[in-house]
Amino acid sequence: MALLDCRELALGYEGREVLRGLNFRVSEGDYLCIVGENGSGKSTLVKTVLGLLPPLGGEIAFGDGLRADEIGYLPQQTDVQRDFPASVREVVLSGCLSRCGRTPFYGKEEKALAGENIKKLGLEALERRCYRELSGGQQQRVLLARALCATQKLLLLDEPVSGLDPKVTQELYDIIAGLNRRENVTVIMISHDIDAAVQYASHILHIGSSVFFGTRDEYIASDVSRSFVNGGGGL
Amino acid sequence: MSGLFEKLISYMQYPFVRYALIVGVLIALCSSLLGVTLVLKRFSFIGDGLSHVAFGAMAIAAMLKLTHEMPLVLAITVLCAVLILRTGQRAKIKGDAAIAMISVGSLAIGYLLMNLFSTSGNLSGDVCSTLFGSTSILTLTQTEVWLCSVLSLAVVVIFILFYNRIFSVTFDESFARATGTRADVYNLLIAIVTAVIIVLAMNLVGSLLISALIIFPALSAMRVFKSFLSVTICSAISSVICALLGILISILAGTPVGSTIVAVNIVMFALFSILSHTVIGGKRA
Repeated sequence: MALLDCRELALGYEGREVLRGLNFRVSEGDYLCIVGENGSGKSTLVKTVLGLLPPLGGEIAFGDGLRADEIGYLPQQTDVQRDFPASVREVVLSGCLSRCGRTPFYGKEEKALAGENIKKLGLEALERRCYRELSGGQQQRVLLARALCATQKLLLLDEPVSGLDPKVTQELYDIIAGLNRRENVTVIMISHDIDAAVQYASHILHIGSSVFFGTRDEYIASDVSRSFVNGGGGL
Repeated sequence: MSGLFEKLISYMQYPFVRYALIVGVLIALCSSLLGVTLVLKRFSFIGDGLSHVAFGAMAIAAMLKLTHEMPLVLAITVLCAVLILRTGQRAKIKGDAAIAMISVGSLAIGYLLMNLFSTSGNLSGDVCSTLFGSTSILTLTQTEVWLCSVLSLAVVVIFILFYNRIFSVTFDESFARATGTRADVYNLLIAIVTAVIIVLAMNLVGSLLISALIIFPALSAMRVFKSFLSVTICSAISSVICALLGILISILAGTPVGSTIVAVNIVMFALFSILSHTVIGGKRA
């Protein structure tokens, strides 16, 4: 049984189909990179997996004890967040909300969990700082800590390195790889960065005019990767 | 100076002045709480739109010659809040255009109705006091005072109970949704509470000035404070202080209550801006 199993999935919004016949599965400990051209439906896929959009066809099955609301999501930054007055601790703690059930406030357990994840991502010194005053890389670490509060099982990262400089990008990739290897967190990452995908991922899902799903080695050997890397794939 | 105090104390003996102070403070408190969320969610214009709706509803209530107009106004405004939110989500008609339509429409219909069915001889006075709330805070009946107090306390309690969820939905709606928070429900809650606040605040500052009561304290607090909790607390405190000062000044100087409160809020905003430039800007440099 896989954590996540998508069969014959058709994607789109407002009745407009973007992609159909999509098959892929994610097992525990996998590091799946989803790559594809702009407009190929990467964001639509994310929203569908998260349950924010209904699938137009096919099915998404969750297994191995994973519930649909146990995906730690790291969204792309929004306008609202850019001038949002919130401390790092408040943001991380808000990841624990789904654990609260019907109680209105955070308990000791949630606070301890938030503290743990703040430490795990090396944010102790920034805990009381304002989120909007942090650098891009620091902000992504805060959101990563928040996602880890929501789940230890599966992280879904939507272009986590966009807008970061190369050094910070490298650091963030290392952190994500570390979580995947050391903590056995399953990772699904949407990315533009095909080199990093090939370097870190265990599996690759390529969507667009041609669809590919398989392990990294299979991908490197395939025609899809060659045409994407050489043929104006947006890099 | 002592003359002023004596004057103030003599005014305090009138129950309507005490009522005005109590209700004013409560309304200021609850209107400031949601301000931060509304500003950050880019919902400030919904507040503005709803206040015009409340004006239209008030005109309908006047036309029907109701003695207690608040329940009707409340019902219509809440309904419109829900409608505006729904259209905003569907995005077929752009959200802001829909709001502009509803708000300008109800303003026009409201004035039209007031003209057609006016019973009093002083039409422009009526319109003016509905728009700028010149004296309505001082003419509240005891039932209205109770209604206002109960509603404001309800708003405060709801805000505290749902504080963490409101934070989460405001900061990052898609994350909240993805992790199982029912963002739609909380957006609806925010819209309904906003509608309630607007109807309450109409008594204090009139329908045209309500937005000021909602956004100024939040904007002032955001100049200086860095965490959601401190911004919320600061905006509540600054709003209450501004309302108190505004009501007292208006009683002593005989100025209209609503615009005095807003003027005090503007001064407060200026003070906070200066503070953020000198103290905090200096520290950072």
